[in-house]
Amino acid sequence: MADVHIISINGVLVVTLPAVTDDGTAERLVEQVGARLVELAARAVLIDVSNARIIDSFLGRVLGSLAGAVRLLGAEPVVVGMRPEVAITMVELGMDLGGVATALSIEHGLAGLRVRAGRRM
Amino acid sequence: MTEQVPQTLRIDDEASLPAVRRAVDEAGRSLGFGLVDQTKLMTAASELARNIVLYAWDGKVTIEHSAGAGRRGLRLTFEDGGPGISDLERAMQDGYSTGKGMGLGLPGAKRLAHEFFIDSKPGIGTRVVFVLWRR
Repeated sequence: MADVHIISINGVLVVTLPAVTDDGTAERLVEQVGARLVELAARAVLIDVSNARIIDSFLGRVLGSLAGAVRLLGAEPVVVGMRPEVAITMVELGMDLGGVATALSIEHGLAGLRVRAGRRM
Repeated sequence: MTEQVPQTLRIDDEASLPAVRRAVDEAGRSLGFGLVDQTKLMTAASELARNIVLYAWDGKVTIEHSAGAGRRGLRLTFEDGGPGISDLERAMQDGYSTGKGMGLGLPGAKRLAHEFFIDSKPGIGTRVVFVLWRR
């Protein structure tokens, strides 16, 4: 079964979801990311959903919780790389991610973080 | 590995969900659905199968072709022998949930469908029919 990959780029965690995230993996996600975030003192977490073929309400809720936990740990969550067909389906389903920031790709997400970091200085 | 359609899969716990998604994925692909419709199909199947796991604990889905008025499509029938839904009208409203869900399962799946039927009898069970036509 495909699993979640977590890598770190200059203080930013990149969490990559597989094509289909099973419930067990989704439930472990918050714990795994939280541990790595604290270990690496990451300032932001990019949640890369570009491989995800579907985001149902269960996974949507997990992503919302993940973003909430990341914020509480003092880092900035950004969901990146959502496929257009997944976005269309989520809207029709009536689901949103609770106001978490999104970006077109990892690259756009990183650029957005740099801009926001610059404004804070 | 292409399974035959129609086929019926048992849904009894979370471990049944990947098999349901896979079977629906294959059935949809073999009918030639576009990317958006294929995504809607798999997402709706995931929502409706999960409803059975969350609220009825044991049920099944039948995946079959549907034809009519020069159209072809896929029909998914979810049946369970669970507690049933006492207030169907309320269960079809967004945000209404008696349990662990977001309350999007039924109304959300209905919005993803071209045709959607639900029939539920308290103490007997629930039957949901989801149809998506190929455009």
